[in-house]
Amino acid sequence: MFFPISGAHISPIYLVAVGFLIGILGGFFGVGGSFIAGPALRLAGLDWNFAVGTDLAHIVGKSVVAVRRHRAMGNVDLRLGLIMAVGTICGAEVGAQGIQMLKRAGNINVVVSIVSIVVYLSISTFMIWESRKTLSSKRRSQSSKGPKSKKDHSAFGPVTRAIQRLKIWPMISLPTSGIKEISLWIILLVAFVGGVFSGFLGGGAGYIRMPSMVYVLGIPTHLAVGTDLFEIIISASYGTFSHAVKGNVDILIALVMHTGAAVGAQIGAISTQYFAGPKIRLAFVPLPIIGAAIVIYTMISGHKM
Amino acid sequence: MAKKESTMKTVRAFAIELAIYAVLVVAYFFLVLHLLGEWLYQLEVHHRYYYAGLSILLIVGQAVLLESITTFLIRLIRGRSE
Repeated sequence: MFFPISGAHISPIYLVAVGFLIGILGGFFGVGGSFIAGPALRLAGLDWNFAVGTDLAHIVGKSVVAVRRHRAMGNVDLRLGLIMAVGTICGAEVGAQGIQMLKRAGNINVVVSIVSIVVYLSISTFMIWESRKTLSSKRRSQSSKGPKSKKDHSAFGPVTRAIQRLKIWPMISLPTSGIKEISLWIILLVAFVGGVFSGFLGGGAGYIRMPSMVYVLGIPTHLAVGTDLFEIIISASYGTFSHAVKGNVDILIALVMHTGAAVGAQIGAISTQYFAGPKIRLAFVPLPIIGAAIVIYTMISGHKM
Repeated sequence: MAKKESTMKTVRAFAIELAIYAVLVVAYFFLVLHLLGEWLYQLEVHHRYYYAGLSILLIVGQAVLLESITTFLIRLIRGRSE
């Protein structure tokens, strides 16, 4: 099928299938899935600039569907999402400026590739350690005490509580997330760092923000997934507008992709009900590893996926 | 037994949802791509800012519409079978 805006010939079935796969990942893990969508669109013959912009547009639609599902299950903290959106947008601008600086210095590809590999592998390693430790300690406590706890446990809990105790004015409460008091600056900092990575490495950077929300802010995993998706709607809309003005969005491709993503996002969102927080976090581990593998492949082969 | 019944209901609801989406996908190929395609292309060439705004409205509109229709139909199907 011919898409006149990008001038590409792509099978609509392929687009729907890619959208469906990314929709499941997004609905379940609270990520945009750009590390798969970007290369998949590139593979279909779309220019890299269109792949990035169009992917962002489809992420907006997919996140709207997933957030509506998550909200119905009480998994979205709107207040936290709105605050984080401010930090993310500012961070994304700083990240984009960093890219411009590296472009001028002439070593952008090497630096971005190495940074992304280190970040992706660090996240995966940390999450394997934490979720396995949490699951084994939970198993021990369940066998000794008997009744199952509904609370989202984390082996990183003491550090999270220490961060929550930092009294840096203004302090705010997040009743939906079960947080009595936390500094606004810590929330903004977490969102800002996620935004920097988003601007620097591309995509929504949900692979950094979702774990940060759990481990640094102490948000329960299910709420972190839903709130991250809500925040992605705002930041990806901003990115879509910016890319569309620059001529990088083929909305027709995004609409076709989204028809598959809408189903996948609902399946992913509903599936979170059947898994405990640490299990979702453990299942999340392969995603950054896939991202790292893609970057390593591009470095070795010289192909720009 | 009750768990198996509820799983069957969920699977059936998803199957119906997938069928509805398949129909909607075909409708989009004809409506959006064939009817709006040329107009959106012209808008993208001549009025970038309108195109950017409309792109967001279209994708959000499609998301809300698809989600609302399927939720409504699933409720209708589940309500009838219960």
